[in-house]
Amino acid sequence: MKKIAIVDYGLGNIFSIKQALKNCGVEPLVTESAREISQSDGILLPGVGAFNEAMKRLKSTQLDQVLIEQSQKGKPLLGVCLGLQLLFSKSHEFGEHLGLGLIEGEVIKFPETFAGAKLNTPFIGWNKLHINASQLDNPLIKGLTETDKFYFVHSYHAKPYDETCVIASCNYLEYNYPAIVQKNNICGIQGHPEKSAEQGLLFYKNWLNSI
Amino acid sequence: MNRFIRLIPRLDIKGPNLVKGIQLEGLRVLGNPDLFAKEYYRAGACELFYMDVVASLYERNSLVSMISNIAQDIFIPITVGGGLRSLEDIQKVLNNGADKVALNTAVIRRPQLISEASNKFGSSTIVVCIEAIRQPDGKYLAFIDNGREHTGVDVFQWAKEAENLGAGEIVITAVDREGSGSGFDVELVGRVSDLVKVPVVAHGGASSVDDIVQLVQQTNVNGVAVASIFHYDLITKINTLQQTKSEGNTRFLQENRAFQKIKPVSLSAVVEELKKYNIVCRSV
Repeated sequence: MKKIAIVDYGLGNIFSIKQALKNCGVEPLVTESAREISQSDGILLPGVGAFNEAMKRLKSTQLDQVLIEQSQKGKPLLGVCLGLQLLFSKSHEFGEHLGLGLIEGEVIKFPETFAGAKLNTPFIGWNKLHINASQLDNPLIKGLTETDKFYFVHSYHAKPYDETCVIASCNYLEYNYPAIVQKNNICGIQGHPEKSAEQGLLFYKNWLNSI
Repeated sequence: MNRFIRLIPRLDIKGPNLVKGIQLEGLRVLGNPDLFAKEYYRAGACELFYMDVVASLYERNSLVSMISNIAQDIFIPITVGGGLRSLEDIQKVLNNGADKVALNTAVIRRPQLISEASNKFGSSTIVVCIEAIRQPDGKYLAFIDNGREHTGVDVFQWAKEAENLGAGEIVITAVDREGSGSGFDVELVGRVSDLVKVPVVAHGGASSVDDIVQLVQQTNVNGVAVASIFHYDLITKINTLQQTKSEGNTRFLQENRAFQKIKPVSLSAVVEELKKYNIVCRSV
């Protein structure tokens, strides 16, 4: 069985992610141990809350270095929600803070208005995926269609410098933002697959199958 | 353009049972909550909202094991409320499968708990519930302990304060409409959802699809919490009573009575009907 490590640094709905992965047929290890994370076949980085607080916790336990080393060795790493945002170079949430820097880009707040409409935050709700035309064959989104919705809760979103990283995006009213990103073995999803019903489980299965 | 709305079945829990009252009182047993939860998940509910309706009185929430069980089968957000008093209470519920917690009594007594909790768990995890009762002079005042106790707090000022303190979402219950099937309090919901930037969920009074459509078209509401319409539909279709756990008032259920003002409709039928008005929920 594949060994999946869910990084436990005190933030994020680990219970639900664990249940979802179990439902996909793996028995994930919830761990803060550098050794266990290093010995895994794939790493899932969860996260709920503020960017800076999350980075502080990862740094204080030196898990940031473990994640950087492991992903540079080619180990599959999936960031979920805030976990996706942490993959990027920096965030503008409550000041400017450096992230793990595994994907070049920034994390920015939704604009207050776009195309004449107010974008209240946090955005909480189900949103449709718009799959990038060049990514239709990407195994990560196999079986997912444009009508499948994912559950999102966020006020900030990632903006990769290299837009080819964007596998799928969503619209908040008419404002388009990246929802699934990937750079080689590193990927992230802004929504919560563990809370996105069957299509969310399918996304996790796809990721597990890619390992 | 489509309007996205979160359709949220609300499950009021007393002991082991799903119950339903009128104006939060006169609780009737409707059966095993797991059966309702699984059916709503299958039918396309956007989230589930569990409320331990006697917890606040007893100052404890007894939903922990129920939630950790159901969260193994249900992969949509679950909000849990009732009797949560401290950061430790919140942590316990979140560690057992809840995604969000709903706070009322504790935060009216000590508003600072909102900011402490949102700092610790993230504001999107903290839902503030406001139980509003319209006064004879037209004012709306907030109540606690499941609509039983008067606080003198103005609903609109409180909603704004809760947002400023870090609430990620506000659920506004029109207590006098709750369980009555007399329609949402559109004025109340409209005013609260114009006042705050965080998402507002309306609860109390839905008797039909028309009520939901009317509310969504006339306000900026972000979600609706619905109980009676869906519960009364389901009890006519499946045997929801768990023989061993039939404490409380089960006569309503055994006599197969319906409530005349409420038009029971299945959740999936509501989702389909809303689509005709360009109101979109989670697709299934």
